[in-house]
Amino acid sequence: MSVAGSSSAGEQENKVISDVVIRFAGDSGDGMQLTGNNFTDATAVYGNDLSTFPDFPAEIRAPAGATFGVSAFQIYFGSEDVSTAGDHLDVLVAMNPAALITNLKDLVIGGLIVADSDAFTDKNLARAGYKSNPLEDGSLDAFKLLAIDITKQVIAVVKPYGLSHKFAVRCKNMWTLGLTMWLFDRSRDEAIDGLRKKFASKPEIAEANVEALNAGHTYGETAELPSGVDVYKVPAADVVPGVYRNITGTEALAFGLIAGSQLADLPLVFASYPITPASGVLHTLSMQKHFDVVTFQAEDEIAAICAAVGASFAGSLGVTSSSGPGISLKGEAISLACAAELPMVVINTQRGGPSTGLPTKTEQSDLNQALYGRHADTMLPVIAASTSIDCFEVAIEASRIATQFTTPVLILSDGYLSNASQPWRIPDVNDFEPFPVKFETEAEGFSPANRDPETLARVWAKPGTPGLEHRIGGIEKSIETGDISYDSENHQKMTDLRSKKIDGIAKYIPEQEVAVGNNSGKLAVVGWGSTYGAIFQAVKRSREAGLDVSQIHVRYLWPLPSNLGQLLSSFDALLVPEMNTGQFASLIRSIFLLDAQKLNKISGQPFKIEEIEGAIRAQLESAK
Amino acid sequence: MSATEQKIAVKDLVSDQEVRWCPGCGDYAILKTVQKVMPELGVPRENMVFVSGIGCSSRFPYYMNTYGFHTIHGRAASVATGVKLANPELDVWVVTGDGDALSIGGNHTLHVLRRNVDLQLLLFNNEIYGLTKGQYSPTSKVGTKSPSTPDGSLDMPLRPCTFAIGAGARFVARSIDTEAKHLASVLVRAHDHVGASFVEIYQNCNVFNDGIFEHVKNKKTAAETRLLLEHGKPLVFGGENQKGLRLNSIALKLEVVDLGEDGVSEEDLVVHDETNKVLAHMLAELKSPEFPVPIGVLYCNPTSPYHTEVYEQRDAVRERKETTDLNALLRDGHTWEV
Repeated sequence: MSVAGSSSAGEQENKVISDVVIRFAGDSGDGMQLTGNNFTDATAVYGNDLSTFPDFPAEIRAPAGATFGVSAFQIYFGSEDVSTAGDHLDVLVAMNPAALITNLKDLVIGGLIVADSDAFTDKNLARAGYKSNPLEDGSLDAFKLLAIDITKQVIAVVKPYGLSHKFAVRCKNMWTLGLTMWLFDRSRDEAIDGLRKKFASKPEIAEANVEALNAGHTYGETAELPSGVDVYKVPAADVVPGVYRNITGTEALAFGLIAGSQLADLPLVFASYPITPASGVLHTLSMQKHFDVVTFQAEDEIAAICAAVGASFAGSLGVTSSSGPGISLKGEAISLACAAELPMVVINTQRGGPSTGLPTKTEQSDLNQALYGRHADTMLPVIAASTSIDCFEVAIEASRIATQFTTPVLILSDGYLSNASQPWRIPDVNDFEPFPVKFETEAEGFSPANRDPETLARVWAKPGTPGLEHRIGGIEKSIETGDISYDSENHQKMTDLRSKKIDGIAKYIPEQEVAVGNNSGKLAVVGWGSTYGAIFQAVKRSREAGLDVSQIHVRYLWPLPSNLGQLLSSFDALLVPEMNTGQFASLIRSIFLLDAQKLNKISGQPFKIEEIEGAIRAQLESAK
Repeated sequence: MSATEQKIAVKDLVSDQEVRWCPGCGDYAILKTVQKVMPELGVPRENMVFVSGIGCSSRFPYYMNTYGFHTIHGRAASVATGVKLANPELDVWVVTGDGDALSIGGNHTLHVLRRNVDLQLLLFNNEIYGLTKGQYSPTSKVGTKSPSTPDGSLDMPLRPCTFAIGAGARFVARSIDTEAKHLASVLVRAHDHVGASFVEIYQNCNVFNDGIFEHVKNKKTAAETRLLLEHGKPLVFGGENQKGLRLNSIALKLEVVDLGEDGVSEEDLVVHDETNKVLAHMLAELKSPEFPVPIGVLYCNPTSPYHTEVYEQRDAVRERKETTDLNALLRDGHTWEV
C-alpha cells in the first residue's frame, strides 16, 4: 500500500493511497471466491485498475479448518496501471486459524488483519497448528488486528429471516464483504443486486445476505475500531475512456473463439473433456449455443480432439481444449491434423506438473510439449496469451492462422490467466479484419494435394461438395496427387513442404516489438505468457530507478517472429523469467546461440514483481 | 441434370486406387457389396463419408470414390462423431475391425453407440490382428496361437454384438462377408435406421486366421449352423426348418428343440422381436456348436439420434435468446463506462 496523502471526507479524515492488495482467505466452503468477485466488481465500478488472483485447493470441500483446504482470493487495485495481483498483502481477511497461518507470511509489517474470532476455537487452532490463540497471545503485534466475532454478529443479524444455523452462518462472507467495502469506500449496490439475482428463487436467503452485507458495513461505520483502521481512498485510475467489464482468461478465450470463427465465417465445433483448470472454456461456450457454436463433452481427451478433427474435415472450425496431461493424450491426433493438414485450434491451459501435479496452480512447463510433444517432424504454430484480456486476441489469431494455413495451432494459457480477471475495455468486434475461409468448390483440376502457392496451405474441400470427393488420412500422401505414397523421395519432399509451410507463417505475423524500453541496451527481460504483468512492473520500476533494461514479451513462440534474433542480439544480456526450469531460455539459446540467462520459479505461484526486479539488479551488477 | 440428381452407378463409387488387401481376403467381398448397395440408398455421392481407423479394414475409404478419412488407431468413431455434429446432412459410415473398435478404440465404440450418433459402424471381425502380422485380438477364441501368444491366448474373448447391446446400441446386426445378398439387406437396414447402427461382419482373414467362420459359412452345413433372423417369424433353422429355439422359462435361457418331437410345434418357439432387448442379448450370446449362429438384425429399436437432440436444444436456446450479436454478448452482464 502506498500512501499518497490524505483527504477530508465529511468529519472523517480519510487516507489516500495509490494502491492496495487484499486477500480474502477462508475454508473452501466459506465463499471467499464469491466475496472476492463481488469486491472486484465494486472496485471496477469505482474506477480503479485492478488484477485478481483466485487461489483455491484441488479439494472441493476439504475438512473444515484444515490448512490444505484454505481458499483465497487476492485483488490488487490502484490508481495507476496494475498488471499483477500484487507481491505483498496490505489486508488479510482470515476467516479461521488455517487461513491466518497459511497467509500471514505474505502480509506486510503493519498490514491489517481482519479475523473472525468465533472461528478461533481450540479445535480450529489445533487443526491449524497453533499452540495458543494468535488473536490473544501478542504474536500479531507487528500488524493491525481487527478481531471481530463475525459469526455471532451474523447469526444475530439474520435471525429474523428464519434460516437454519448452517445457512445463517454462511452469510458471514457477505458480512465481511460489507466491512471491507466500508474500509475502501466501495459501493454495495452491485453486490446487493447480484445477491437478489443469484437467490431469486430463495428471497429469504437473498435478503439475509443483503442484511449481513449491510450489517458489516454499518459495523465499520459505528464500532470503535483500533487506531489506524479507517476508510482508505484509492483514487480512480486514469484509463482510456470506453465501456468496460471484468473478464477472466477463460471467458476471453471462449469469446475469442466465437469471434475467430465468425471472422473465418465458419461454424465452431468445440469438443473437450473436463480437466482443471481448462474446463471453464467448455462451460462458457456451452452457454453460447445461440451463436453458430456446437459444444461436445467427449468421453475422453482423445475423443475430444478426434471430434474436433472430424468437425474440421467436415468444414467447421474444430477446437479442443485441455491442460497438460490431456494434451499428452491428444498428441497422436494433433499429428494426424498436421499430416492431413486440417485447421484446428488446440488450447492448453497449463497447470503445475508432472502428472496430476498441482491441478489448481499455475505453471508454464508445457512449452516444450507444445513445441515438440508429438511423434515425427510435426512443428506447428504455438502462440501464448500474456494477460487475461490478451486471451481474446490470441484466440482470434489462432483461428486466423489455423484456417489460413490449414494447420493445427496450439494456444498456451495457464491456470493463473484462466482464473484471474482484469477490467477490459470491450472492443467492437467489427474492428477486427475478417479472414473468411474460401472452401474449394471447383471440380475442374481439383486434387486434395492442391495448395496455395503463397501460403502453401492445402486446399480445403468439405464433404457435401459435388465433384470433389476425395480421401485424406494419416498415411503419407503424394505431393502431386494426394494419393497414398510410400515413395522415399516423396516423403522427403512432403516433410520439407510441411516444415516450409509452418516456417513461412513467420511472414504473416507481426514483427516482435519491445513492450517497455528501448530496442537495444544493457539488458532485455524476455518473457512469454502470464509472466507479462510481473515483468512489466519490474522493468518499469527498474527503469524509474535509472536502470538500462527493456521488456520483450513474445506471443508467437513458433514460428518465432522474423526479427526476434536480431532484436535480442541488440542487447548485452538477456534475462528470461519463466515458471518452468528454463524452456524458452533453452529455445533462445538453441535457435539464436545467445546467452539467455534463466530465472525460474516453479512453486505453482506467479512471479512477484520484486523477484524479477531483484534479478534485473543482480544481472546488471554482475555485468559491471 | 446436376451431379446430385444423377443416379449413381456402382463404377462411380470405385476409386482409382489399387486395392491392396491380400488376395482372397474377405474385405474384397464386403467392398463390392458396399459399392453395390450405396447407389440404392438415395444419398448423393458427395454426402457419403467413410471414416476409418487403423488396420486392414481401415484402408476401406481409399477404395470408395466418396469423401473419406483414414484416421488413427481406434478413433474413427470419434472423428465420425465430429463429422456428423458439424454437418448432420452427411451420411457417415465407420469402417473398423475387431482390434480397432474393441481393443484400442473400445471406449469410443461404447460411447458412439450409447450416444446414438447417426452413422453406420461396420465392424469387420476376423478375430485376429492382420496388419501387424497375426497377433490375437480381443475377439480371438481362448487358446489362439499367435506370434504374441505362442502357447495360446488366455483371455476371454469379447462378443461384439453383446458388447453393442450392452453399450445401448439401438441397432445391432450380424452378417457374413461372402453372403452378398444377406449383407446387402443388412446394410440397407442399418442405413434405414436413424441413429448408431452396429453391424458385425464375419470376415475371413485367409492369411492369419483362415477358416474360423467356416462352420457358419460352409454352404453344405450352413442350414444347420445358422439361424436366419426375421422380425415376427419363429426362430427356426435346419435344412428342412426342422429345428427351433424355445425359451426355457425356468432356466431363463434359449434351448434347441426338434419340431414334431415330444409334441413340440412352431407355437412353442420364440418369435423374433427386433425391439426386445432381452431377446437380442440372448441371441447375441448363442455360441456354436451348441447353438446355431444368429445372422441378421438382432435388435432394432430406434430413438432420436444425438445430432437431432443437439440441434433441437440449440434451436430452443435460440428461441429464448433474441440476439446472436457478439458485441452484445461481450457487453452482457456488468459493464461500466469510463
